[in-house]
Amino acid sequence: MADLVFVLLSILTVVSALIVAGNSSVIYSAVGLLFTFMGVAGLYVLASADFLAATQMLVYVGGILVLILFAVFLSNRISDAKLSNPTHMRVPSAIVCIALFGLMSNAAVTTEWAVKTNVEYAPTTAVLGRLLMTKYLLPFEVVSVLLLAALIGAALLSRPESAKAALKPDMEEGQ
Amino acid sequence: MSLDKFLVVSAALFCCGLYTIMTRRNGVALLMGVELILNAANINFVAFSHYLGKVMGGQIFAVFVIVIAAAEAAVALSIFLRLFATAGSVEVDTADSLKN
Amino acid sequence: MEQLTALIIQKVPALAVAPWAVTLLLIGIVAFIILQFAMVFAGFGTYLERKIAADIQGRIGPNRVGPIGLLQFLADGIKLILKEDIIPTAADNHLFRMAPYLIFTGSFAAFVVVPFGFSLIAADLNIGIYYVMAVTSLVSIGVLLAGWASNNKWSMLGGMRAAAQIVSYEIPVGMALIPAVLIAGSLSTQDIIRSQGGLLGIFGWNLFHNPFSFFSFFLYMVAALAETNRTPFDIPEAESELVSGYNTEYSGIRFGFFFMAEYADVFVVSALATACFLGGWQIPFFNAASLPPVWANLLSLGVFMAKALALVCVIIWIRWTLPRLRVDQLMRMSWKYMVPLTFFNFLGVSLWVLVFKGKGIPQMIASIFG
Repeated sequence: MADLVFVLLSILTVVSALIVAGNSSVIYSAVGLLFTFMGVAGLYVLASADFLAATQMLVYVGGILVLILFAVFLSNRISDAKLSNPTHMRVPSAIVCIALFGLMSNAAVTTEWAVKTNVEYAPTTAVLGRLLMTKYLLPFEVVSVLLLAALIGAALLSRPESAKAALKPDMEEGQ
Repeated sequence: MSLDKFLVVSAALFCCGLYTIMTRRNGVALLMGVELILNAANINFVAFSHYLGKVMGGQIFAVFVIVIAAAEAAVALSIFLRLFATAGSVEVDTADSLKN
Repeated sequence: MEQLTALIIQKVPALAVAPWAVTLLLIGIVAFIILQFAMVFAGFGTYLERKIAADIQGRIGPNRVGPIGLLQFLADGIKLILKEDIIPTAADNHLFRMAPYLIFTGSFAAFVVVPFGFSLIAADLNIGIYYVMAVTSLVSIGVLLAGWASNNKWSMLGGMRAAAQIVSYEIPVGMALIPAVLIAGSLSTQDIIRSQGGLLGIFGWNLFHNPFSFFSFFLYMVAALAETNRTPFDIPEAESELVSGYNTEYSGIRFGFFFMAEYADVFVVSALATACFLGGWQIPFFNAASLPPVWANLLSLGVFMAKALALVCVIIWIRWTLPRLRVDQLMRMSWKYMVPLTFFNFLGVSLWVLVFKGKGIPQMIASIFG
């Protein structure tokens, strides 16, 4: 049963990733990305990472994908209904990518991984929370500062010029 | 369902992302390729963490990757919107005013 | 699910050849029951909404179909199904068809962790509340795609407003639910309800646990109202400026999906508020576990539905009482007031749980009097 679910999820993930790579419309690529994210969340569940699966849905689908769709809508003329997205250098890129895929999957299959035979499925939320507050506290804090910086930067960048000019005298006064 | 199957799926995802980045000129589409590659890396982290006997470091790393992907997407998209306002297009080739 | 499968196989040994089939069948049955519940609730919700609206406005409301108009929702449903499903020629065919399903899936998947009773829950996921937050994020994508695929500027604007609103208010919603999670020490909805039982009756509820959790119940209701796009936050569908927002071009059963998703959202919001702050299915001064299982489940189901439906009525009441906000007021309210307040609340509850070892005010008073 779990194997069947795994196969179905992998097919969903890879086929929609191919849509992202190949479709000639940005908006269809974004929809493909939605299904890739959902497939990957399913794969996380199968690898006993329930908290990560929910985070994947929350951050990628509810956050990043919404941002991407907004960017697609705002960065095109409304008259350009097809939102075309041409591709360049298709054949050489495809050859490189397929060769790389062959290499990587060959390495993955032939390597003798030091796999534990009996892997148990257990909830990970509590363990993750404890680790984030103890062993990984420093990276956690650094990442939160990074997020704050990104937030301020993005807000400043997307401000219209007129608003920025209005902001300037205040900033000089502050200095 | 075993470790190598997870790795093959993630390799396929990685190559799709790479292909997207190599062939597209649209900035937003490039960002989608980057997200695919980050997801492929995350599958690897989670799969190794699961099959090498509950090493939680893998999942912690995946959490950080997701957070950084969110920050990166926010900044990149606001840069593209600015680019669209100044150059009238999000094709990354149009941002060459420093060269000319 | 495994326990139930094991029980059935124990009762009917012939099924032991294919335990996975039994599991699949059980999952199918549970999903079917919940889907039916969501649909019937949507019908009942429209009836309730129209009746309450009529009462508030001094009208009679639906009174023709069935006794006191109770079967009105069947007539509405038949009308929606029989109407022609029009797809505009300029619309993007595939996305236009797909968007309602995305929205409906997002709203409906949240029912999985709604704790209807003592042991009546589709799946007691250990990430319960977080799961609800995660699956409902599908709604924002569906709304954006519906708005874009209609190829209509009003739909587009409505979709973008709705998505921006849902994303903005997701933060206060999540932060306002955290007090319940901190007090129970678990994300699972059933664990949260179990932590509100005991001999204190209604004073065992998280609502009365401490000042911060009392406050966060109201913060949650306001933010959740905004997240479900209901008045006074229904700017995405403001009919005076946007016709009806992202669902302008939809008709027939596809419009019905938007409709059902809205009422499913209203119920999920009320159910989560009930579970996290109002004691869920806990019967006051009474331990449900001491009853025979059938009675415990029926009683707790009744208690839970009564609380949840009362909150649904409050939401409808608010809709017919308050005027609509302006779009900039809405965003300012989220980012400048709701988010800081919920963060302050979060800090307060964390300190309370840390300092008083998770004890609430009623518990402390009870311990003074022995």
